[in-house]
Amino acid sequence: MTFGSVGQESVRTADGAAVSVGGSPMSAPSEQPFIGLETRGAHAWFGNHHALTDVSLKFPERTVTGLIGPSGCGKSTFIRLLNRMHEFIPGAAMAGQVLLNGKDIYAPEEDPAFVRLKIGMVFQKPNPFPAMTIRENVLAGIKLAHLDRDDHDSIVESCLTRAGLWKEVKDRLDASGGSLSGGQQQRLCIARSLAVEPEVLLMDEPCSALDPASTLRIEETIKELAEKITVVIVTHNMQQASRVSDYCAFFLTDGGPGYLVEADNTRKMFTNPADPRTADYVQGKFG
Amino acid sequence: MSTVEQSSNPMEATPQKPWARRPDEVRRSTLKLAAAAVVALVVVLFTGMAGFDGWAITLLVIVLVATLVTSRSLSSKDRKNLLVSVSITALAMLAFLPWLSILFSVVTKGYQALHVGYLFNDMRVTTPDDELSMGGVGHAIVGSLIMVAIATVVTMPLGILSGIYLTEVRGRLTFLVRFIVQSMAGVPSIVAGLFVYTTVVRTMGEYSGIAGAAALSVLMLPTVSRTAEEVLKLVPDDLRSAGYALGARQWRTAFMVVLPTVKSGLITAGILGVARVIGETAPLLLTSLATNGFAFNPFSGTLGSLPTYTFSLLQYGTEYAVARAWSGALVLMVIVFGLFTIARRVGRKK
Amino acid sequence: MNTVPQKREMYVTYSRADKVFRGVVTAGALTSLVVLGLIALFLVVRSVDVFRTFGVQFLTGTEWNNAAFDETISPEFSIGPMLVGTIVVSVIAMVVAVPLSIGGALFIEFYAPKRIYKSLVSLLDLAAAIPSLVFGLWGIQVFTSFGVKWSNILYDWFRWIPIFDVEFENFGRSPFVSGLVLAAMVVPITTSVAREVYSRTPRDLIDTCFALGSSKWGAIRAVVLPFGKSGVIGGAMLGLGRALGETVAVFLVLNLSFRYTYRILDSEGGNVASIIASKFGEATDFEIQALIAAGLVLFVLTLIVNMIASVIVQRSAGRVNR
Repeated sequence: MTFGSVGQESVRTADGAAVSVGGSPMSAPSEQPFIGLETRGAHAWFGNHHALTDVSLKFPERTVTGLIGPSGCGKSTFIRLLNRMHEFIPGAAMAGQVLLNGKDIYAPEEDPAFVRLKIGMVFQKPNPFPAMTIRENVLAGIKLAHLDRDDHDSIVESCLTRAGLWKEVKDRLDASGGSLSGGQQQRLCIARSLAVEPEVLLMDEPCSALDPASTLRIEETIKELAEKITVVIVTHNMQQASRVSDYCAFFLTDGGPGYLVEADNTRKMFTNPADPRTADYVQGKFG
Repeated sequence: MSTVEQSSNPMEATPQKPWARRPDEVRRSTLKLAAAAVVALVVVLFTGMAGFDGWAITLLVIVLVATLVTSRSLSSKDRKNLLVSVSITALAMLAFLPWLSILFSVVTKGYQALHVGYLFNDMRVTTPDDELSMGGVGHAIVGSLIMVAIATVVTMPLGILSGIYLTEVRGRLTFLVRFIVQSMAGVPSIVAGLFVYTTVVRTMGEYSGIAGAAALSVLMLPTVSRTAEEVLKLVPDDLRSAGYALGARQWRTAFMVVLPTVKSGLITAGILGVARVIGETAPLLLTSLATNGFAFNPFSGTLGSLPTYTFSLLQYGTEYAVARAWSGALVLMVIVFGLFTIARRVGRKK
Repeated sequence: MNTVPQKREMYVTYSRADKVFRGVVTAGALTSLVVLGLIALFLVVRSVDVFRTFGVQFLTGTEWNNAAFDETISPEFSIGPMLVGTIVVSVIAMVVAVPLSIGGALFIEFYAPKRIYKSLVSLLDLAAAIPSLVFGLWGIQVFTSFGVKWSNILYDWFRWIPIFDVEFENFGRSPFVSGLVLAAMVVPITTSVAREVYSRTPRDLIDTCFALGSSKWGAIRAVVLPFGKSGVIGGAMLGLGRALGETVAVFLVLNLSFRYTYRILDSEGGNVASIIASKFGEATDFEIQALIAAGLVLFVLTLIVNMIASVIVQRSAGRVNR
């Protein structure tokens, strides 16, 4: 990854393809749809409370983006806009667009359940299904979404391997999901999300309930996952953001709705950010 | 990545719900349902399936078939989801139906015997077959009030003490007390009546209001205890800690800190207990029986009550008697619902 | 020496006033225990003669004759038919009530518009407060006509199954109809408990299902139903306890008679509670003791069912803190 200055720029990814990474969100739509996840002018409300305002971000494919900022700035709300989980909250409303590979996921003809297959989510507290075995947990998504796959054994093995859990549980796939340690449970949840073959994986503070050793294991897993899928991770831990993410987006609130301050390469954000508030935050002066 | 230019005015964006069903979709669904209802009505009128239940079943069949047919294009998962939604809604409607029917019946059939003075007359000079403008339910109301009042005076302190034990004292018998209160809640009302019969009635040698009150107390105590415990549990421990930190002893903390905060909750416990027992018939059949005229002495002689009034008129069976029974039921329901509303209002005032 | 110090005993000495306070409160709390014990005691004492006379026959026999009009035979009391009748009517009630309750609870929690959620819960509470007398009144005056119609249909189509066959084609006041009225009475209780259990399903498990692309029913089947299983069973047992001991609703709707019958469409039957109520008025002295004995059996039966129910419900409530 090369550094770039703020604004229009082009960055070379690892395999040499040029990915357009800049552009004002209000510019004319490009001829080719942006490959990856993108939001344009996203707002979120809970009833009358305006929680998130005007967020325009691009998440290029096969990258890891960290969403950072002090608590209460709407990062979790934002991430739930990305896979249409926001609408489950009573009184929820939104504005703007969320595009996956150029198609608005909130369009009336889109099936929200199908969107959630393509954009998966791992939650803060590890929550394997208690009534299911490890094997059943991994396959749960396939069953719930009525997907037509019968290579169950290879799915279980490949997903657990990608989540970094296969070696530890391959001999006890029939144990209960709850019999694992916290870090193992979270990796099981990651494997479960991978089984339905998402293009994007959203992670809402996945390590905040775990000990440091498990956290590092999961961070390694995230970097491996980004070879195939896009990852967006909300984190309170700036060191984690700097370890794990390619890009960072910094959110803030002044007591009103949360908003996006700055988004750029991680290295740039942490060494030479454009906005002074970003500099203050990454240096630990607040938050 | 780009920095956001914040060029759009945040106030311009209006909240939307792209996932919600659009108004024209809702309108179309409602029209379809109404059409199905009309079709069902037509079918019912022309075939042998008569009555409200016939219409309801026909409507359900039409909706199910229509759902099956129109959902052919959906995936199996979505199709199953839709069918389940329809079925669960149907089950719920079926579950709510009896209560709605009861409310409807009690009101429409019960107002017939209502007249000015219905609440204040008695049946001493009126036979069940007399004109509905004669007689009344006053004696029954008075009797019920007397017995319920006695039961309340007995059970409220005991129930509150029980609640205090479980939440404040928390002694070694806590599990036992809670278990016993739960079990007592399941005692059949007739067994309570039998018990009071074998003790109070046999000892006194006659049926009496106080025996009825005793039976009602047995049934009321678990409700009051349980509600009192729930209400006391809601008091945050911080409050108690504050009391102890100020040097107050346990009994002082309980009386001067905890109880005042739950005053309205305890009143609710009492009201709910009354609502529970005011409609009980079976125990009264064995203890206080019924009267025809006003009676005010609970210690000697039978006492009227709303449930026994309704019950005996229903047993009598003739047209006017049954009409009177419906009115008695109406008065009973009004009282029970009134008590519930008061309880909710009191509980909300906190 | 860096050894771990010994733990000190911590004493609490209560002041005089506190001791009185704790004593009074404990005594008050134990009244329930005392009352329950007294109930058991008096029922046993007053009926012990009956058990001594008839033994196990009291539970299994089929005769109830107080010999009031015939002094040559000795009275014979047994509650076999009443017990069978109790079970028949209660089973009918539960078979109908449980699916309706689960459907109603799922509907309120997951399918009803959020705006009317609170009203529906209030409606449920009010329905649970309707006195059983009103259910009986409605049952005999309003519902029986529907019951007769359905009995006819059941008889026409299913009379090859023995329980739907009848001795006389006179439908109306049958265990079937009375069981349905009981079901209507039990549904509010069971639905309340089920709804409460379902509302405590951990939200993040449900969210996870949706995040995996599940439909609403998929999430309910995978998470809500397994989570609520024991709570719903406990609620069902509470409802069963209520059905077993119901007096007035059965008394008013069912044509009481003292016979064994498994034929639920037949216009006769009874359960222990209603037969106690019906025979009490004109009972001889010894007969009253027999009725008390019957009440004792009913008491023990419902006590057992309710104890099991409360254990199950308590255990499921404690499971929320995983």
